[in-house]
Amino acid sequence: MKVQIRYFASLREALGASETVELAPGSTVAALREQLLARGGRHAELLGRERAVRCALNQTMSGESAVVPEGAEVAFFPPVTGG
Amino acid sequence: MNMVTRVSVQTADFDLSAEVRALHAQDHGVGAVASFVGTVRDRNAGEAGAAGDGVATIGTISAMELEHYPGMTEAAIEAMIDEAVRRFDIRAARVVHRVGLLQPGEQIVLVAVASAHRGMAFQACEFLMDYLKTQAPFWKKETTPAGSRWVDARVADDSALARWGVAAANAS
Repeated sequence: MKVQIRYFASLREALGASETVELAPGSTVAALREQLLARGGRHAELLGRERAVRCALNQTMSGESAVVPEGAEVAFFPPVTGG
Repeated sequence: MNMVTRVSVQTADFDLSAEVRALHAQDHGVGAVASFVGTVRDRNAGEAGAAGDGVATIGTISAMELEHYPGMTEAAIEAMIDEAVRRFDIRAARVVHRVGLLQPGEQIVLVAVASAHRGMAFQACEFLMDYLKTQAPFWKKETTPAGSRWVDARVADDSALARWGVAAANAS
């Protein structure tokens, strides 16, 4: 199934604003992150487990244990710093 | 709650007096309006997790750029206001957050809350700011003489939200 990925702030600068990826049905956000990490290069660097990366599933803050539905929009970004 | 716009994410500046006036103009049950305005500082308070604010100044900031997640940011703040309405006896609330390029001294954020008596307005205003700092998708990038850098989230902001019984899990 296809999933839309979006990146913000430092992740957007390094990885681009968005991309579409193929993901196995029933996958969690954590599995998606692992899949992106496995590409190596900038993805491995920016999405590494030692990094503070937050995520949103269909535009709601989400934990990584959430299952990604088909056609979902998953965003990865650094901790937020507004206000 | 009244039906005026509650959340605006915009590049334009805002007028505190006009916003406060609009918040209670149609509701004479309001006896208190508490407001908070955040502005751009010209110095950084140090690395994330550093003890205290303003201890380790690392450079002069000449500009601040704010990025957000269009759609999610507005929805997240709307949800925060809904939560504030559940928790506190308030009659109206308004949040304006600016994005784009800002200079030191400029206004970034406004939170204003109207209630019958001051206690609820003060509390809800602080609650909304604490919530916004750690749960609304905004990111600040500051420009200093040494170059540009993304601002680190502060553990102290997570702690501020924890006082209200909400786990932030943002910086930490």
